[in-house]
Amino acid sequence: MTRSKTPKSNNQKSLISRRAALKGLGAVAGGSAALGLAPGFVRYIQVSAAEPLKIGFQAHRTGIGAAYGRWYERTTNAAVKLINDAGGIAGRPIQLITEDDGTDPKRGSEVVEKFASQHKVDITFGTLFSHVVMGSAPRAGELKMPYYVVSEGHHVASGALNRYTFQPGITDVKAQVSSMAPWIAGNLGKKITMIFPDYAFGYDHRDYFSAAIEKQGGQVLKLLPIPATETSYTKYFPQIPSDTEVLYHVMVGPGVLTFVKEMGEFYGSNRPQIFGFIDSLEAVDIASPGLEFLDGTYFWEAYPRYAQANQSEADKFYRAAVGVDNNGASLEDSKDVATYSHMFGCWETLYIIKEAVEASGYQSATAADKKKLVEATEAMKGWKEGNEHPQGDKTFVGQIHQCFGHQFISKVAGGKLEVVHKTEIADGTYEPETDYTKMAL
Amino acid sequence: MDRHRSLAFHGGALALLFLLQFVLPPYHHTNFTSIMVLATYGIGYNILIGYTGLLSLGHAMFFAAGLYAAGLTVHYFNIDPISAFILGAAAALAFATAVGLVALRTTGVSFMIVTMMFAQACFLLILYFNQVTRGDEGLVLSGAARQIGGLSLTNPTFRYNLALALFTGALVLCYILIRSRVGRVLVAIRENEERVKMLGYHTFRYKLLALALSGLLSGAAGASYALMFGYVGATFASIEYSIFALLWVLLGGAGTVLGPIIGALLMFYLVEWTSEVTQSYRIVVGAALVLLTLFFPKGILGTLREKRLRWLP
Amino acid sequence: MSLGPHLLLALMEGTVAAFVLALTALGLTLVFGVMRIVNVAHGEFFMLGAVFAWAFAHLVGNPALGFLVAVIASPIVVGGAALVIDRAILRRFNYQPEATIVATIGLLYIIQQLVLIFYGPDARSVEAPINFRVQLPWFGYSGYKLVVAGIAALLLLATWYGIAKTKLGLVMRATQFDSETAQAFGIPVDRVYAAVFALGAMLAAIAGVLIVPIKQAYYLMGLDPLLLSFIVVIIGGLGSLRGAIIAAFVIGISDGVISVFFSPNLSKILATLLVALVLIFRPEGLFGGKAR
Repeated sequence: MTRSKTPKSNNQKSLISRRAALKGLGAVAGGSAALGLAPGFVRYIQVSAAEPLKIGFQAHRTGIGAAYGRWYERTTNAAVKLINDAGGIAGRPIQLITEDDGTDPKRGSEVVEKFASQHKVDITFGTLFSHVVMGSAPRAGELKMPYYVVSEGHHVASGALNRYTFQPGITDVKAQVSSMAPWIAGNLGKKITMIFPDYAFGYDHRDYFSAAIEKQGGQVLKLLPIPATETSYTKYFPQIPSDTEVLYHVMVGPGVLTFVKEMGEFYGSNRPQIFGFIDSLEAVDIASPGLEFLDGTYFWEAYPRYAQANQSEADKFYRAAVGVDNNGASLEDSKDVATYSHMFGCWETLYIIKEAVEASGYQSATAADKKKLVEATEAMKGWKEGNEHPQGDKTFVGQIHQCFGHQFISKVAGGKLEVVHKTEIADGTYEPETDYTKMAL
Repeated sequence: MDRHRSLAFHGGALALLFLLQFVLPPYHHTNFTSIMVLATYGIGYNILIGYTGLLSLGHAMFFAAGLYAAGLTVHYFNIDPISAFILGAAAALAFATAVGLVALRTTGVSFMIVTMMFAQACFLLILYFNQVTRGDEGLVLSGAARQIGGLSLTNPTFRYNLALALFTGALVLCYILIRSRVGRVLVAIRENEERVKMLGYHTFRYKLLALALSGLLSGAAGASYALMFGYVGATFASIEYSIFALLWVLLGGAGTVLGPIIGALLMFYLVEWTSEVTQSYRIVVGAALVLLTLFFPKGILGTLREKRLRWLP
Repeated sequence: MSLGPHLLLALMEGTVAAFVLALTALGLTLVFGVMRIVNVAHGEFFMLGAVFAWAFAHLVGNPALGFLVAVIASPIVVGGAALVIDRAILRRFNYQPEATIVATIGLLYIIQQLVLIFYGPDARSVEAPINFRVQLPWFGYSGYKLVVAGIAALLLLATWYGIAKTKLGLVMRATQFDSETAQAFGIPVDRVYAAVFALGAMLAAIAGVLIVPIKQAYYLMGLDPLLLSFIVVIIGGLGSLRGAIIAAFVIGISDGVISVFFSPNLSKILATLLVALVLIFRPEGLFGGKAR
């Protein structure tokens, strides 16, 4: 009986303290809103305190996303170091807090929760796999936690998520594939067979590329979805119609090299035109044994893995900072190939966060400040190519929380990728499907 | 006397869970909410493995049945959460009964493999009907759809107490079941099915009842999870989520009413604490399983019951 | 492609898959038959075989030589690991069936995480020892895959010979038939169990080595062969070696052929449900005799 007493008294105490805490919180929020009238004054206080700005990084350290996750971490750490060396964000150093989400949506939402309530971070960022984004974003919205993902899925722009979730650092799949269609129809052929993974990422390709190629007068002859659990691919290739002019492939996961190899064994030199998304070979060396047949095929790249003849200064800077050589591999281990067409999103997103925090006058993790941060992000229009945005110019559509950038088409030649075409941003943009800015904050 | 002690023990545990909400910091507040929902799933699993002695490795399909039945109807038909919850639980009940009618023709290792196969088929079905389910990416249920009588399911206090109500319901159901005549027959089946048959009991019916109830609770937990946390995805149907239920129950103590929540709590915080020092949470889960079988085959409450608290149900 | 060549390709793919599957499943069913336990970590032995194959091939450098070293050394290392597991864990609770399932699930997690730590998250490829392409009139085919089928066939024969004709095999069969009587006749049942568990692991590991030039070594690659082996072992009859081999061919080839006609996910669902139904209506399996 004595036991049950203790929690009761605890409970009363905590009720009071909780109420007091809430009052205190309200006062702080009100106070900072009032002080917002005098931003210069507030900033002065802040700089003298120089409390770190906490950014929670949701990383895929384990699970199926681990190969991508490792490079996301390297890129993120490099950018954070640079920003901090240059004086941080609004004079405050970034304190990066990294948590593994196991590439699992349930753990993902727990990690967001932990960032918000335990670590009390200001911003959460960095999620890649779309099911983890889908699992985590609702919680981020409920907690009113600004959540910047680097996923390339169409989920943000489709309107499925919420006011607090942004994708400002990487173009979404819908825009990527739409911008490929004109070039494919004009240069490779109009009768297409598509091979794609039989899950959400693949469906974006299936739906939006089919629509885009039809607009170009092309036609998808056959759709070949491959299940997530598949490890052997040869048996699918006979289903490719023989009048196929272009084979369009996009695969992700550990089976990618097997897939490409078996495609080579099947066709030999007698093949249709082949156009792939680099996802099929992210983190894989193009010069791997068995991939010789890829010579003369084409790939979409978001960001050229191999340093090109006309390499920009920004790309040189970015490669050196992250530790990537001219072949897109780690400086320390030439077999360790980067996920070059995705990880730049982490770098650029961090700089966008910097810009948004500074533009909004964000001070602390209060509801009012987070609201300002969201509105400041929505107000952005785009960014110019440079060290902060090495991948290139981008436009940003605040209504749909999504950015749009240039895309590249590269040809495999001598075990390397050479850029043959760079799309215009307008090639991929589409009518907004939603308007997040009308949602309540 | 024992009966009173046991009632006080379980009542005290529920009271403690109720009071905890006033002292828990926000992060742990949400964690406890989700742990109570998952522990409900654990109680469902426990009815089968702990009291009836049937080892299933496919319970994620019942959790997912509830999750999807509730989640899809809310998403596509905008029905209210209470109806969705009832629908989810009912769907899981019906599904578990149907699975039981065929799978219970096997026993032992075969039953384990058959349930695992069925669950794998369900997982693939979710991917197959991706136009509806959005496959692995899943669906987000909007906050607007998740309202009960003007109260939002995103409200932490409301959500905590709903989870507590769900857990209490499951606990009471389990408690009544094992105190009943039916419960005693189930335990007898676990100990020696042949003998129970010889005594003239139709053991198949009892096992089917156990599986149906087990599925019902798992599905109720799944439906609640979808409604409270607003996300529905194929991951929840994967084999990992079947293994988790097994792990919680064994850790807490198979065949104890409170075992599942103790197991779920411990496991959650074990992973949580270790993830701060190492990224290797899988090793922790794995080592926990191996050490359990070696040193505490009866789990925490099971060992306690053996040593001291003989009256524990 | 017209139906004929399409079916031919599906048959070829199915046959190669069946040989590898037969090796893996043989290990699983051997362990079940003799020791009456289900090893849920069996797929991880397959994965370890592949990962060590990468390590050995990487150390040696020359593809053909490296592969040769891997084929021999990798199963030995994995067999050694299995012996340790047997001594340190399984024997302690006397191979109690349910405890074994739980403990081997635990081992599955531990092995996966260790590989993730020391080997990393990437899928790494090993160059095939022989690299040629067979060009048929309708399509090309990997020569190495045919080699895999050949080696697997030899290994299956060797295992059969070992069990049917040698003294060790006799002892194993005696233990399987009735372990108590075997013990009474002076057979060291403990050591037989250890040997069988190691042998089962080595069969899976060899399959892993053979597959790695085709599929790469990856830390989560064990689940698929595990599920397939379960299917094979069930259809073949739990514990029946002959049944397992026949079933491996039925499953391997029909998986290839079904995928000609149905969408892949659907054919996997159908196959899975079919297996569950087999077990329900013929608990002793399609080919196995009455299991003891």
